[in-house]
Amino acid sequence: MRQLCVVLCFVFALATPSFAVQPDEILPDPKQEQRARALSAELRCLVCQNQSIDDSDAQLARDLRLIVRERIKAGDSDSQIITFLVDRYGEFVLLKPRFGWHTLILWAGPFAILLIGGFVIWRQAQRKALPAVEKPLSPEEQAALQRALGSDNITKM
Amino acid sequence: MTVEFGHYALVLALAVSLVGTIVPLWGVSTHDGALMRMARPAAFVLMLLVALSYAALTKAYLESDFSVLNVIENSHSAKPLMYKISGVWSNHEGSMMLWVLILALFSGLLAWFGRGMPQRLFAAVLAVQSSIASAFILFLLVASNPFTRVMPAPMEGRGLNPLLQDPGLAIHPPLLYVGYVGCSVAFSFAIGALLTGRIDAAWARFVRPWTLVAWCFLTLGIAMGSYWAYYELGWGGWWFWDPVENASLMPWLIATALIHSTVVMEKRDALKVWTILLSILTFSLSLIGTFLVRSGVLTSVHAFAVDPERGLFILGILVFFIGGSLTLFAWRANVLKQGGIFAPVSREGALVINNLLLAAAAAAVFIGTLYPLALEALTGAKISVGAPFFDATFIPLMLPLGFILPFGQALAWKRGDLLGVAQRLSFALALSIVAMIAVYAFTWGGPVLAPLGIGVGVWLILGSAADIGMRAKGRGVPASVALKRALGLPLSIWGSALAHIGVGVSVIGIACTAWGIEKIIEMKPGESVRLSHYEIRLEGGGIRNGPDYRETFARFVVREKDRVVGVLEPGKRIFTGRTMPTSEAALLTQGLGQLYASVGDMTDGKFSARLYWKPWVLLIWLGAVVMAAGGFLSVLDRRARIAAAVKARLPRIVPAE
Repeated sequence: MRQLCVVLCFVFALATPSFAVQPDEILPDPKQEQRARALSAELRCLVCQNQSIDDSDAQLARDLRLIVRERIKAGDSDSQIITFLVDRYGEFVLLKPRFGWHTLILWAGPFAILLIGGFVIWRQAQRKALPAVEKPLSPEEQAALQRALGSDNITKM
Repeated sequence: MTVEFGHYALVLALAVSLVGTIVPLWGVSTHDGALMRMARPAAFVLMLLVALSYAALTKAYLESDFSVLNVIENSHSAKPLMYKISGVWSNHEGSMMLWVLILALFSGLLAWFGRGMPQRLFAAVLAVQSSIASAFILFLLVASNPFTRVMPAPMEGRGLNPLLQDPGLAIHPPLLYVGYVGCSVAFSFAIGALLTGRIDAAWARFVRPWTLVAWCFLTLGIAMGSYWAYYELGWGGWWFWDPVENASLMPWLIATALIHSTVVMEKRDALKVWTILLSILTFSLSLIGTFLVRSGVLTSVHAFAVDPERGLFILGILVFFIGGSLTLFAWRANVLKQGGIFAPVSREGALVINNLLLAAAAAAVFIGTLYPLALEALTGAKISVGAPFFDATFIPLMLPLGFILPFGQALAWKRGDLLGVAQRLSFALALSIVAMIAVYAFTWGGPVLAPLGIGVGVWLILGSAADIGMRAKGRGVPASVALKRALGLPLSIWGSALAHIGVGVSVIGIACTAWGIEKIIEMKPGESVRLSHYEIRLEGGGIRNGPDYRETFARFVVREKDRVVGVLEPGKRIFTGRTMPTSEAALLTQGLGQLYASVGDMTDGKFSARLYWKPWVLLIWLGAVVMAAGGFLSVLDRRARIAAAVKARLPRIVPAE
């Protein structure tokens, strides 16, 4: 399903499908490496289509992975590294956009639909519930019912 | 000559589809039976013409007729037979041909099986089908003609993209397209209902098997595509939240909502307007999926502007069908009478929540896929929306669905007793919680969310099984009688239980990916590495030739407790006529888990290798197959019921008792 990207890579020769994370990139400290991998999964390879730098084979993705690992080794926190990359490459580099006015619809949209839908259903249920409390029969209806049933032992409900 | 014949058949098909649209619709509006009866033969003739046209294109591929541009670009005389056949739909023009072929087949089947339907609805439905066909055939002829000839013809074709030379990808598009196009039937039924102004439980009964079939194929198609990406792309992932994947997931989510809302309509005559809207949305999303994948708009808004002809044409089709149908809906929906009152706590109520959550999840995928495009077009700001966004929005919407599902299934129609249901399901719920805690304790310090996923999966499986159990068992009923009763339950009950068990199976498989192990290392021949309880040793590697490629491969021997359990031979292939290598991952299935290996470059006799142990990973796709099997079981039951309904109308002698 990622064929489109791959096909595009073929067409534009953007990347040689060698490998994503190379063995020589891996940090000796497993904790730091784990942080690097987690961060990489949230950062976009800027020349690919919808690929994280963790998955991408492109040279640029490798450069970004190396930057992330350098910053980690230098003792930066995750948010410092993200700020560093956003300052350089823009918000485009984040696969999870920051919450803000420009992404309000994106983040709130699905849950707004859930809430609005829930409200509409609740209103509908309220409106539909009303006939459940049935009106008592009017005297004429009562008489008609008794005639129809041919008995007189029906009392007012 | 056959190519021109196919081209001509397609032109004729356009004419027939226009007749099949206009004449029956005229009949519907003037109540003219003779005009309405035109719909059926038109559908058959259309099916025949499109099939002939498609066959002519296939013949050009089989004979490697390199005077046809489409064949040059996507075929090669040395290509295996299977890929000559699948080569037809491996490209834009051919896949649109396949789209139209499946549409024409669906119209033909509808014309054949739909005879029991009310005449006006039948004519309107076939006319709408025919109108979709004419739009797409026009698109083929004007903007993506697969029959274009080239003079002079080259000696050899350029070959098929090597990534597509794979059995998985040979069958993936047809499965997916049957799903996409199958959704057109529900759409046509919805438009038919809006035009004729009549909708009732019988409508739901007619439309349900078609939607179910489409849904089953869509399920299989998505699963197949996911498995293909898993083993072919060499990244080891099974779902990437790529726009192309999302394009197929959105119609699936809404189609899932639709098959549930039609149940409510069929049984309780409620949710009519909502069902009509879902029918329109399902097919609209299928069209949007086709548009997203085919127009180039996904790459960037600019790529779309560079070559706008195709994109604009599909956009026109989208605006016409989606805009038109939604306008018709807004105008005519109030004509349809609402019926069927139910209490909030009831099977209907649970299905409404199911629909709400599925719709919100589909909205999350829709907004996430299209928001960056819209933002860039409107403000020029570029943002990315990827997997982390969808994990944060989609999963919180789907987990509650998994939790309420067994309750909903056990609730009675109209007015349910939640406390009673909770009591009856208490055993299943307790077992699921125990399973969740046990997994959490057993994998202490590991992933936190995954045990929750396991718990929901187990709950879905046990809850669905309990539903069958509760239907079969009564107070003091012996086991043999209960078994007999269970086997006598309608197939649709078994079908829905099976489909829900499939959901649980997939959820468990997805949760288990959290315990996967990955090793990225450089290895020399003779070295070995431990992965979970397996010992993987690089024996060697080299270069070898395939029918139309050269492959650099590595050979790993896998041992478990000093016993050889198998061999992994991942490689990198360079196909003739192409310069870019493709990676061939190697898989070794152990139970329901898989060892997965792919290799990168070989430098100085060292391979850079990516090795994974993926426990229980096959459950993800197995679950999808179980879901589809459940759907098909349900279809079988429905067909029997429709046949019975038709027979029941005939006079019959009833034996006296």
